[in-house]
Amino acid sequence: MTSLAPGSGPTDLQAESAPPSLPETVLDEAQRGETHADGHAAHPDLRLFGLATFLVADGMTFAGFFAAYLTFRAVNPLPEGSSYELELLLPTINTVLLVLSSVTFHRAGSNLRDGNGSGCRSWLLGTGVLGAAFLAGQMVEYFNLPFGLTDNLFASTFYALTGFHGLHVTLGVICILIVWAQARPGGRINQQDHFGLEAAELYWHFVDGIWVVLYGILYLL
Amino acid sequence: MAIPPTLITLLVGMVLVLTGLWVGQNVQLLPLDASANAPVYDSLFQVLFSIGTILFLGIAGLLVFSLVRFRRRRGDRSDGVAIEGNLPMEIVWTAIPAIVVLFVGIYSYDIYERMGGMTPLNDHGAMHGMAMASDSSAAADGGTQQARVWAGIGQAGSAGALPVELTAMQFAFIFHYPEGDITSGELHIPANRPVELRMKANDVIHAFWVPQFRLKQDVIPGQQTVLTFTATKPGSYPIVCAELCGPYHGGMRSTVVVHESDAFDAWLTKNTPAPATVASAPLHPTA
Amino acid sequence: MTLASPSDFEPQGLQPQGWLKYLSFSLDHKVIGLQYLVTGFVFYLIGGALAGVIRTELASPISDFVSRETYNEVLTLHGTVMIFLWIVPVVNGAFGNYLIPFYVGARDMAFPRLNAVAFWLIPPAGILLISSYFIAGGAAQSGWTAYPPLSLTTPALGQVIWILSVLLLGGSSIFGGINFIATIWKLRRPGLKMMQLPMYCWAMLGTSILVVLSTPVLAGTLILLSFDIIAHTGFFNPALGGNVVVYQHLFWFYSHPAVYIMVLPAFGLVSEILPIHARKPLFGYTTMVYSILGIVVLGLIVWAHHMFTSGTPPWMRLFFTIATSFIAVPTGIKFFNWLATLWGGKLALNSAMLFSCAFIVNFVFGGITGVALAQVPFDIHVHDTYFVVGHFHYIVYGGTVFIIFASVYHWYPKFTGRMLNEDLGRLHFLLTFIGFNLCFAPQHWLGLNGMPRRVAEYDPAFTTLNQVSSIGALLMAISTLPFLINVVWSAFRGEVAGDNPWNALTPEWLTTSPPPVENWPGEAPLVTHPYGYGIPEGQLDLKVTTGRELWTGGRR
Repeated sequence: MTSLAPGSGPTDLQAESAPPSLPETVLDEAQRGETHADGHAAHPDLRLFGLATFLVADGMTFAGFFAAYLTFRAVNPLPEGSSYELELLLPTINTVLLVLSSVTFHRAGSNLRDGNGSGCRSWLLGTGVLGAAFLAGQMVEYFNLPFGLTDNLFASTFYALTGFHGLHVTLGVICILIVWAQARPGGRINQQDHFGLEAAELYWHFVDGIWVVLYGILYLL
Repeated sequence: MAIPPTLITLLVGMVLVLTGLWVGQNVQLLPLDASANAPVYDSLFQVLFSIGTILFLGIAGLLVFSLVRFRRRRGDRSDGVAIEGNLPMEIVWTAIPAIVVLFVGIYSYDIYERMGGMTPLNDHGAMHGMAMASDSSAAADGGTQQARVWAGIGQAGSAGALPVELTAMQFAFIFHYPEGDITSGELHIPANRPVELRMKANDVIHAFWVPQFRLKQDVIPGQQTVLTFTATKPGSYPIVCAELCGPYHGGMRSTVVVHESDAFDAWLTKNTPAPATVASAPLHPTA
Repeated sequence: MTLASPSDFEPQGLQPQGWLKYLSFSLDHKVIGLQYLVTGFVFYLIGGALAGVIRTELASPISDFVSRETYNEVLTLHGTVMIFLWIVPVVNGAFGNYLIPFYVGARDMAFPRLNAVAFWLIPPAGILLISSYFIAGGAAQSGWTAYPPLSLTTPALGQVIWILSVLLLGGSSIFGGINFIATIWKLRRPGLKMMQLPMYCWAMLGTSILVVLSTPVLAGTLILLSFDIIAHTGFFNPALGGNVVVYQHLFWFYSHPAVYIMVLPAFGLVSEILPIHARKPLFGYTTMVYSILGIVVLGLIVWAHHMFTSGTPPWMRLFFTIATSFIAVPTGIKFFNWLATLWGGKLALNSAMLFSCAFIVNFVFGGITGVALAQVPFDIHVHDTYFVVGHFHYIVYGGTVFIIFASVYHWYPKFTGRMLNEDLGRLHFLLTFIGFNLCFAPQHWLGLNGMPRRVAEYDPAFTTLNQVSSIGALLMAISTLPFLINVVWSAFRGEVAGDNPWNALTPEWLTTSPPPVENWPGEAPLVTHPYGYGIPEGQLDLKVTTGRELWTGGRR
């Protein structure tokens, strides 16, 4: 430090007085213990934060798809005989199922935090069933659509959007089943340690939210 | 005798501005200006060139001066002065660039308007976009005029424009004159008469660029595009494809020949085919 | 993902020691940082060789060196390798991973395992990309932009491999971005405030926000493009009713911010280097922070300036012209602040400083041509020409790559404990600076006068300047030699640096060189004034050597 001025340098420089050259990997036990005390013991759990950031990124993928779809729809006319109209009944039921599943997942979470493990597992199972029902409904819709993947621009975009979302739902259902298995008595997830459940719940709400937007843009608009 | 620093700064600034203006006026980096909008473009270029020169020389000069003037002398281990900021100064050098770019933006917008870039493209009839995408190949003859125009640069008051149809394909430009039914691999146009180039691409994206006209327009498959311009100086200029279109992209060149008005009429008459003969104009893409 | 517990990155029985740890799935952010740096440099050499092929082909106006198809493969690979495997990983991954935990006072990144995964996605992706050159049909031929319909008509396998590789690299980049955001925002040492962080943290925070917001859009777009190639959908295929301009919008929504993903970290690094070698505080810390945030916001809304000739509506051109021009304002603030940092300092004219100052010159030049390019009428003439090639090489090479070299000279003593040789360093600088300007400055004139980009053959009138440019490229290639010799030789024989050879105040220097596994032997230092250099005006400095300087306070 070349400066004489008080307060213009770093205010706290304990490390300056550290031994100049430590062997690279060897820290003795005492020091390691000290490290624990002020280092990683204070390391906050950032996994949910990380997941949320990832979901922002994932949401941007959907945003790109939505933007592409809306632009196509605005400027690219479809060939004769095809239209943007879709059958509404099944998708509407599906929407209700998925929104309901968000509620059930929330109940599962609050049950676990209240210490009711078996209640949590029941609600989780319900959520999983609702998700599976959604996927089944999606399949039924696919098989009854008048168009295939490459028929026209709308068809391709429709399958890309719903398919990409369906992939997310499938992944979500798998996660729910894993969480359900882990929430058994003596499993990894319990009243104290329930990161897995919270992560799955956050993800599931995200997937639901995307569906609501998708439903609005693709089916209602 | 000591000269006050403010005076030196003022003098340096004036020299800098004068240098920039001189460079903008006198250093010629652009090719010949052979269309009506080229001189307009060149005046924008001059302004940008002047501003750029002033900024670049100023900053580079200041940097070199600092490196020499404030270099650490041998053995000197002391620090510089602890100046952490100066808000008024920072506001000044936020405001000045903001004003400069705002001025440049508005000025270039004005230039663009004079080039015809802001002309609405679809005011000549209803938007018949519907059939566009599905049967773009069938629309090759005649039907195109009704199709939606997606993009382009127009010029206000281009009545009496010479219509030419341009088809871009891998790896050639084909020009077709509806008046006289001539097909040619070179573009022949009269000087001082607007030309309306209706462009379409058959396979991939190409770009029609004539450096001497300062004009470029991508030719995008499935999107009818119109480019209106007026050539002013007779001569031959290159037409260059400016969008990567495949292996022979670099060879996708042609020529635009600007004729005097009567020479063009002669060319038109000479090349108007007797029924069922092929146009005599050369078809070499690299001509 | 698991919580970083110290046992994760302490030497375990099976974890390799010594140099072998650099080939392992190490969780130590310093090891990962150097893994990024060395891997990136290997790809830089490959990308440089590809550039050599391009410049050799362009030494003559006819297509005579490689076949036209090969030429297009080479230019595609050159762009992709340099952007996705050299600049983005090195300027984000390498220096970010090495420095950010130091700067926030942490033992490691927030998610060490994710960090290692992010790095280990890169070598396979890079090998995949380059191996596509050797398969039947060859690598992708449609440029790094992969515009359809061209990318739908060129050999499919190469294009699909290209997409796959870019998706992997994009994933790596997103994982890295998430990690940086969590580390900078949430893992700061207690007592350390955001506005006390070194500037590189802010740059990496801004960059990571851009990565997280824009990279997924590219990923989605490329997935749609691969559907068009494999499943024959028609998203971007006009023959099937698709719209190619939508691809361009989505592509540039990522790829314009990608420029800031490449230069913002460089802005951060130069903000670290200049104050130390000028012995002065960073000028205008607060405005620097806000200008980074301004660049992030503006960077997301300027993408369509890459599409002024591709049929965008007039209102859109107007909006994107103004938005793009205004990016010059926050960028300008940074440059003026750096100049003010140098003003009145005690500048050590070493390699790190020279590269940093050359960066300022190059970037200002590239920035000026950038503002010009933002003007629609100007862009209409020079779009897709060598003018643009010259412009962006001034930004990414003259800007970022110069800073990568400056950073290597600056932090090499920290990485290895030894100094780099200054004479070789200055030789490296001189060759690079001359070669770079010789190579890219003439390209502006070529573009203005009618040479389009991505061509293997051109108008013979342009031969001389192209040959000048090729000589410049050769000089740049030669300039790599002193650097390589220097880096290898100094690792074993270089002058021992000591812990803090630059007398720096930022936290990475307040430990041993190289640092121990958990960064500091004891508690992490709390550095609240990372740029607290210099003597207040009017105060005496007792370290000066002459009496005259003592009395003038070093200000003369």
